[in-house]
Amino acid sequence: MEKFTKLTGIAAPMPLVNIDTDMIIPKQFLKTIARTGLGKNLFDEMRYTQEGQEIPDFILNQPAYRASEIIVAGDNFGCGSSREHAPWALLDFGIRCVISTSFADIFYNNCFKNGILPVVLPKEAVDVLMADAQKGANARISVDLENQTVTSSDGQSFGFDVDAFKKHCLMNGLDDIGLSLEKVAAIDSFESRAKTLRPWV
Amino acid sequence: MSGPRTLYDKIWDDHVAHQSEDGTCLLYIDRHLVHEVTSPQAFEGLRMAGRPVRAPEKTIAVPDHNVPTTAGRDTHIDNEESRIQVEALDKNARDFGIHYYPVSDVRQGIVHIVGPEQGWTLPGMTVVCGDSHTATHGAFGSLAHGIGTSEVEHVLATQTLIQKKSKNMKVEITGHLRPGVTGKDITLSVIGVTGTAGGTGYVIEYCGQAIRDLSMEGRMTVCNMAIEGGARAGLIAPDEKTFAYVMGRPHAPKGAAWEAALAYWKTLFTDEGAHFDKVITLRGEDIAPVVTWGTSPEDVLPITGTVPSPSDFSGGKVEAVQRALDYMGLTAGQKLTDIQIDTVFIGSCTNGRIEDLRAAAAVLKGKKKKDGLRAMVVPGSGLVRAQAEEEGLAQIFIDAGFEWRLAGCSMCLAMNPDQLSPGERCAATSNRNFEGRQGRGGRTHLLSPAMAAAAAITGHLTDIRDLL
Repeated sequence: MEKFTKLTGIAAPMPLVNIDTDMIIPKQFLKTIARTGLGKNLFDEMRYTQEGQEIPDFILNQPAYRASEIIVAGDNFGCGSSREHAPWALLDFGIRCVISTSFADIFYNNCFKNGILPVVLPKEAVDVLMADAQKGANARISVDLENQTVTSSDGQSFGFDVDAFKKHCLMNGLDDIGLSLEKVAAIDSFESRAKTLRPWV
Repeated sequence: MSGPRTLYDKIWDDHVAHQSEDGTCLLYIDRHLVHEVTSPQAFEGLRMAGRPVRAPEKTIAVPDHNVPTTAGRDTHIDNEESRIQVEALDKNARDFGIHYYPVSDVRQGIVHIVGPEQGWTLPGMTVVCGDSHTATHGAFGSLAHGIGTSEVEHVLATQTLIQKKSKNMKVEITGHLRPGVTGKDITLSVIGVTGTAGGTGYVIEYCGQAIRDLSMEGRMTVCNMAIEGGARAGLIAPDEKTFAYVMGRPHAPKGAAWEAALAYWKTLFTDEGAHFDKVITLRGEDIAPVVTWGTSPEDVLPITGTVPSPSDFSGGKVEAVQRALDYMGLTAGQKLTDIQIDTVFIGSCTNGRIEDLRAAAAVLKGKKKKDGLRAMVVPGSGLVRAQAEEEGLAQIFIDAGFEWRLAGCSMCLAMNPDQLSPGERCAATSNRNFEGRQGRGGRTHLLSPAMAAAAAITGHLTDIRDLL
């Protein structure tokens, strides 16, 4: 997994609430057996016509936002299906950070497994960043994971919370299966205890 | 841990294999369910790292998401990508030695219907699957939730999940449901109150007389949509109904093991005085048959209602409602019962069980679907299908003009050929009405199986109580 430490980039404003993972990556693209190559189909049905032509109004099709690395989103981003294809598609497009007032639980966890930082901020802060993102490509938002801050293009800074373990893994690009396997003795001993207590499992 | 505990606290405490100083835990997983869409990358990850599946005997695979529901699928699947995914699951199940129900097996079906049916899901267990509707299994008093593919790989390799504990929410439904009101109406009504983010960060325990009165099938419907309210999981304490459902299932304990299990299962309830971080109470008598009108499961109203206006809302929801009305082709003020439909879909992990088919068939018996309307029933498993045929339900559906399909997820998420066309409007017993969910441009109204059957007869959304 690619590390995430600091990022300064173009932020696409997507104020719509409840953007679900079906919108982020529609079902027809879940038939892949790879993790890569989904960026071209990110937000497919909002981004292209039925015939496959770009819809010019869609934010990521606008010249200023084609190279976005951040999305500032409405409430409850990533709700619905557990499909990890959603963060895979975001990452493949080049998005490394999503900022919102809230995220759906499974999507939030999936981001951390893929080098994407989801940032939860209060509504007032998201409103400021949304307005900043709407200024276009010259307004670059900065995200600093180590210091847990997001800074708008005109220097307004907002602190955010993040779980210490998730932060550690993301900053160091760690494979958490490897980390968990270091605790295999604890898993072994749990299994033998459980076998006595609940042998029917 | 001392003091009174919730059901969630108890299951959690019994599954912590390791706890770090910051509270991050390795939660031991008793059952891992696997399907073809969210697992190929996880198995590939294991191969690349040279890791085995730690507990293949606790891992169960079944293809469901993109299998066709028409005859001949056991020998050939036309769509190449779907075929590759199903073949990959075949191979992964064989290579890693996990339990497997291929499409040729009568026990194949939607993973969340197969698990309980085969007795894999038992009270007090931790159950995960790379699918958000894993919440279904919470109906047995098991802690069950959806995970991403990276977590699928983590569970395959370690039989644990990295977790921090969620908060406790109690959703109590008091009193009794009125005629025509079902588990589906309960779960949609709760989401109507909490919103789709209201449960974020929580595990919900559903309780109260109206929940106790539900069958296991009805309880599964309620828990299934806990995720639509944003919760990590939904739970219902096991009781005599639960034990009766589980007893005798192929993988349920037998003999002395059954007695030992039963003694443990009877300890699985929330202690008097245990703390909940949030409590929501609805009166069963106040719940009406409901339908969704928009593109979020929180867009729900009693069938007697009218389509709302964006101006009825505030904040970001104003734009979302305008967008939903445009997408759904609806006008504010329109009566919900005036909405004409093109298609009826009965099935899914929400409402594809035998009781759901019985409820729909009871409405359809001796009647016909409206001319020109497309209607299909997709049983949740091969065994549900066989039972429905034995009970004569299949014939009622066929006589009413419904297509009688093979088991799978089908039009709930439209990964297989069962899809809506742009603008096509569907009354669906499934769980999501998102834009494009059932096919690009398709319009979905979520409702109960009886309400779906009623709509098939009249050709528009219909109050089931008018047909009782």
